[in-house]
Amino acid sequence: MAPPLELEVNGTKYPVRSDPDIRLLTVLRDELGLTGTKYGCGEGQCGACTVLIGGSPRRSCQVLLGEVVQPVTTIEGLEKDGHLHPVQQAFLDLDAFQCAYCTSGMIISSVALLTQKPNPSPTEIVQFMQGNICRCGTYPRIVDAIQQAAKSMEQHPR
Amino acid sequence: MSTLVNKFTHEIAHEHEPERYEFREAPIHHFALDRRDFFKFFGAGIMVFAAVKNSLALQESGGNRQNHPEELPKEITAWLHIGEDGNVTAFAGKVEIGQNIRTSLAQSVADELRVPFESVRMVMGDTQLTPFDMGTFGSRSTPTMAPQLRRVAAAARDLLLQSAAKEWNTAPEKLLAANAKITDAASGRSTTYADVARGKTLAQRIPDEDPVTPASAWTIAGKSLPKVDGRAFVTGRHHYTSDLRPAGLMYGKILRAPSFGATMTSCDVTAAQKLPGAVLVHDGDFVGAAAPSETEADEAIAAIHTEWKETPQPSSSELFPYLKQNVDTTDRGSLTQSGSIADGLARAARRLEASYTVAYIAHAPLEPRAAVAEWKDGKLTVWTGTQRPFATRDALAEALHLAKANVRVIVPDTGSAYGGKHTPDAALEAARLARGAGKPVKIVWTREEEFTWAYFRPAGVIEIKSGVAADGTLTAWEFHNYNSGASGIGTPYTVPNQHIEFHPVRSPLRQGSYRGLAATANHFARESHMDDLAHAAAMDPLDFRLKNISDPRLRDVFQAATKSFGWPAKKTKPGQGFGMGGGIEKGGYVATCAEISSDDARGGVRVVRVVTAFECGAIVNPDGLRNQIMGANIMGLGGALFEAMAFDGGRITNARFSRYRVPRFRDVPDMEIVLLDRKDIPSAGAGETPLVGLAPAIGNAIFDATGVRRTTLPLDPRA
Repeated sequence: MAPPLELEVNGTKYPVRSDPDIRLLTVLRDELGLTGTKYGCGEGQCGACTVLIGGSPRRSCQVLLGEVVQPVTTIEGLEKDGHLHPVQQAFLDLDAFQCAYCTSGMIISSVALLTQKPNPSPTEIVQFMQGNICRCGTYPRIVDAIQQAAKSMEQHPR
Repeated sequence: MSTLVNKFTHEIAHEHEPERYEFREAPIHHFALDRRDFFKFFGAGIMVFAAVKNSLALQESGGNRQNHPEELPKEITAWLHIGEDGNVTAFAGKVEIGQNIRTSLAQSVADELRVPFESVRMVMGDTQLTPFDMGTFGSRSTPTMAPQLRRVAAAARDLLLQSAAKEWNTAPEKLLAANAKITDAASGRSTTYADVARGKTLAQRIPDEDPVTPASAWTIAGKSLPKVDGRAFVTGRHHYTSDLRPAGLMYGKILRAPSFGATMTSCDVTAAQKLPGAVLVHDGDFVGAAAPSETEADEAIAAIHTEWKETPQPSSSELFPYLKQNVDTTDRGSLTQSGSIADGLARAARRLEASYTVAYIAHAPLEPRAAVAEWKDGKLTVWTGTQRPFATRDALAEALHLAKANVRVIVPDTGSAYGGKHTPDAALEAARLARGAGKPVKIVWTREEEFTWAYFRPAGVIEIKSGVAADGTLTAWEFHNYNSGASGIGTPYTVPNQHIEFHPVRSPLRQGSYRGLAATANHFARESHMDDLAHAAAMDPLDFRLKNISDPRLRDVFQAATKSFGWPAKKTKPGQGFGMGGGIEKGGYVATCAEISSDDARGGVRVVRVVTAFECGAIVNPDGLRNQIMGANIMGLGGALFEAMAFDGGRITNARFSRYRVPRFRDVPDMEIVLLDRKDIPSAGAGETPLVGLAPAIGNAIFDATGVRRTTLPLDPRA
């Protein structure tokens, strides 16, 4: 039996016993209990399972455990010392969700966008977020929340 | 077991008006807890129950309403507990599926009880703790549950006032209840609800017609308060059913037939049974596996050898003729008639005839069906995202031969439903596997399963014959709906001669409830046809509607929407078009105006701008309402423009998001929402009705832009 792999998630190094060919999404949810990352389609089409790997947004249902070499950030890793990430705060302030099942993926994708482009235009937001589905239809509020978060991050860098 | 699943499914097709594809049933008189259990469970304090009128009258025939019953009356609709710490817990059988009902019900309780919003906790959708409820559908939660909870809260407030008055030796009418305190203006004395509740185990039944605070005097309801538990959702901490991980959890998978209507001719689970850790359950034609991981459960299913006999099934390409040819003659459907169509047509200056079609579409809730089942000492607990916790409990009890008292269904706030989570499928599957495995089992349907084995919004064919007089008044309206359902089938316009008929059909696909359900199809056909009639009468579509509307509330929403939209709008670029649609459904009034841009080269359509005016009586939470209206429009955009199930040979051929297009960021038009707040009218539900004006508004705008009438939903399947 192969030695356990090590996976760094939200700043913590976890030994993992799953096989390297198991989807990262499954490892996060079923082995590590980080259930904030959601299954929505299993084919990288809905964005509910989005995580950051080395700071880049990836669909964790399309990434195998063995392929992960850089640290992973999930929705659980955004809150710091009881303070929400500005994107989380903006989603909360603007009620930018209904059932909220897509919200983790939306927030993680938004964080990735704002890292690449601190002041995106609405068109750039729509372009970047096109791969994330919200069936409840809160898209306009999400665009507003991303813009509010951008302002907040500009004024109060973390 | 599967026979029982089928029986349940069968019910869908045999439900009757007003909303045939939604489930109805009489209340079941069963309560798991008696009064003493309640205080044991929730601690001392004050408890108030609301009983429905008739049962109360019955129980009170020889007694006095102030009696404290030793047991709960049977026909309870809601209850509420005020603890010794002043915290308020209200109980309702409704479930939260993203429509924000947890927040708006808490607002109504806080408002009526005169306590801070933050002190109210809602316990919902738990068959052991909450009163019986038919289900969360039909936009009924706000019009029925909110007033019931208000009556309970009003009674609790009275009880607190009476207690304080007794202690202070004064009359309750002289005291004031506000902000969780009772004060006596005359003496300056004051006490908190918590102090009054302390040390008491006081229970009271109330009639359900007690007066409540009118909307004009609301202080907490009527405001845009933020969603309860919002922080848990943005941090990923909220546990949906699919996130639950009880100790010893196993993952379940079900063997699915290769096609609809296929029957199993042989099944060999020998190889699968030899896989370490896997538990196989083969019971009738139910075959499933549970294993320590999802991967191992998949492997176990893959190791089963089965043979199937498939039967010919209709395909989506021949759907509409099929529906017309397969009218279910054993079910009479519904018919309303007035005057004579022949007379009406004879008196018409212009006569029109048209046929419309509506495709099957999927709910595609982002959280697929899921359930976690756990057995302990012969008792079953199932956590599942369902809109009908009590019906799910009953189905589990029946299928597994249990007393209802031994089954508990708990509904964690769920990753949306849209009418798609009425059936108990995942709950039955998890429960059966968990019994076989002797451990808790979780079932989470894959996206392909969700797109295939759930159920669909009914497809339909609608045929209309109509006549209009020279002055633009309607003279005849004959409307036949095949299969898509009877809700919203009646015309809100004044027509002296009407024949409106719903024809049930033996549906080739499993079909059921959906957000806006039949009203979407009926409004699409009716409002598209009204647009053609306006042109036939050489009238502006707004003027034509207003001429034939007698209901002032409908007139108001059409006027509000067109005013904000700027109707009549002037075309400034090629391919531009404007249209409107609206109506009355589930007590709400909607009018929608749309601007589209048509790309001649591609034949495609883009929705540029939408204005929706909505009136649902007194508004409970304006921000939550705006969120619902915006969401209804965006979800409705998919069914209006491009969503349709494709099927062939008993297989869904687009059962993935990569093949079934749903609205995304780029599809969203500029949107404006106009709310008409009628504090003089009781609140109606708002989750569904805002959707029904959109498709005809878009279709009419396409006609305006291109001169071509599109009569199919979706309107632009190539998009």
